[in-house]
Amino acid sequence: MEKAIITVVGKDQVGIIAKVCQFLAIKNINILDISQTILQGYFNMMMIVDVSVANEDFGVICDELDKMGEDIGVNIKLQHEEIFNKMHRI
Amino acid sequence: MINLFEVNETNKMIEQENLDVRTITIGISLLDCVDSDIDILCKNIHKKITTIAKDLVNVGNSIEKKYGIPIVNKRISVTPIGIVGSSACHSKEDFVLIAKTLDRCAHEIGINFIGGYSAVVSKGMTKADRFLIESIPTAMKETEFVCSSVNVGSTKTGINMDAVKLMGETIKDTALMTKENDSIGCAKLVVLCNAPDDNPFMAGAFHGVSEADAIINVGVSGPGVVRTAIKRAKEKDFGELCEIIKKTAFKITRVGQLVALEASKALNIPFGIIDLSLAPTPAVGDSIADCLQEMGLERVGAPGTTAALAILNDQVKKGGVMASSYVGGLSGAFIPVSEDQGMIDAVEAGSLTLEKLEAMTCVCSVGLDMIAIPGRTSAKTISGIIADEMAIGMINQKTTAVRIIPVEGKDEGEIVEFGGLLGYAPIMKVNEFSCDEFIDRGGRIPAPIHSFKN
Repeated sequence: MEKAIITVVGKDQVGIIAKVCQFLAIKNINILDISQTILQGYFNMMMIVDVSVANEDFGVICDELDKMGEDIGVNIKLQHEEIFNKMHRI
Repeated sequence: MINLFEVNETNKMIEQENLDVRTITIGISLLDCVDSDIDILCKNIHKKITTIAKDLVNVGNSIEKKYGIPIVNKRISVTPIGIVGSSACHSKEDFVLIAKTLDRCAHEIGINFIGGYSAVVSKGMTKADRFLIESIPTAMKETEFVCSSVNVGSTKTGINMDAVKLMGETIKDTALMTKENDSIGCAKLVVLCNAPDDNPFMAGAFHGVSEADAIINVGVSGPGVVRTAIKRAKEKDFGELCEIIKKTAFKITRVGQLVALEASKALNIPFGIIDLSLAPTPAVGDSIADCLQEMGLERVGAPGTTAALAILNDQVKKGGVMASSYVGGLSGAFIPVSEDQGMIDAVEAGSLTLEKLEAMTCVCSVGLDMIAIPGRTSAKTISGIIADEMAIGMINQKTTAVRIIPVEGKDEGEIVEFGGLLGYAPIMKVNEFSCDEFIDRGGRIPAPIHSFKN
């Protein structure tokens, strides 16, 4: 398993999760965990996903998610989990 | 498992507080390129650098994507050219040919600086070292990416005052040669004492002879992150302040360690060291001056500044050392003037002077860095400034450096623009009393008593 973190931050609206999930399904990326809050009208979501069997290069998926974020009007980021583990766990 | 709060904290550092990895620098030994024929030597150098570092930029970019963290610079450092060229170069013109070869390599690979156009002359100068130093002004004029450094002293050897004198003249000549561009050649030239062999930061980077064939050194950064952390410690006592800086430095350095190991694996080059220096950029908020001011100073330069810098420097090291398996290079806060908006503001407000900066260099790396001074400053005065700074390094057993720009045709109070990461700087006042007789003595300053430890 190779875990990565997707974060979505922006103004809440209908269908954000649906769009992201549909995209992940097409790329063969399994979702392991989702947590989400709404803070002062702002949508704040984190997904832990498994990218080990994704059918596309990591960098390309990053770019496509970035573009999707731009289209919807939110900020979407895909990052390998290791940066968070290294920073927050000894 | 990682939670939303932790993810947000990391991403806030990257997006709002300018957290980045400042540089991945590959150190490459050119010792096996040595030949007595200058053309063959240049060919060997070109081949070796472009083979070993060909994937550097691509690998850097893909790591950047993978972790979502900017890697600002990809650079190369090489064996001091004063050594590499000693058999083939019989004039300063020969050395310039090597500088141009290095420049071509940098251009082809797509990196933004290549360091190592250097001479290590802390005790004495070979004929080749002298040629190299004399070639620096032309080399800086005719190349774009080449950085030059000259180590003129160390705690073990004392200070080579002949080299200090020569460097004063070299800096003046370099300023003159590049006067059309506000003497920018001097921004790529640094004079060092106790220069480390594994420094990834320019302009002082070179790949020392104690190093392996190729090695990856990574410089982390993040003054903006540290500043935000200090802000959280408002009105807390020094104990708590130090704890907060330490923890933040740990987090920043762990990212550097991750990137270094990843780059090492992808490029199949061993990992060398992480350099723990806090390096500012001209971007608003990415400033060492702001960190110090956040501790409670009205402006950098006010009484208390040196103490504040000492705290910052020490805590960054304490946090960073635990976060990385190998630490080296310069490892300390940088206090360049032109690359730090807070420093520029302090100079313009009349709070920060050359003398205060000199005091600050006693407690941090690296020294008088990116300081613009009037073009009419004499070579000997510049040598005097260098000698002072080298003495601080020698006695305190630390690296010190001088990267000073006597801007041709400009005077105190005027502004000089270097562009990009080098930023801009107000021209600072220099003490105009003479040190000519002192510099003219020549010879060496003996090593200090505490260097005799055997």
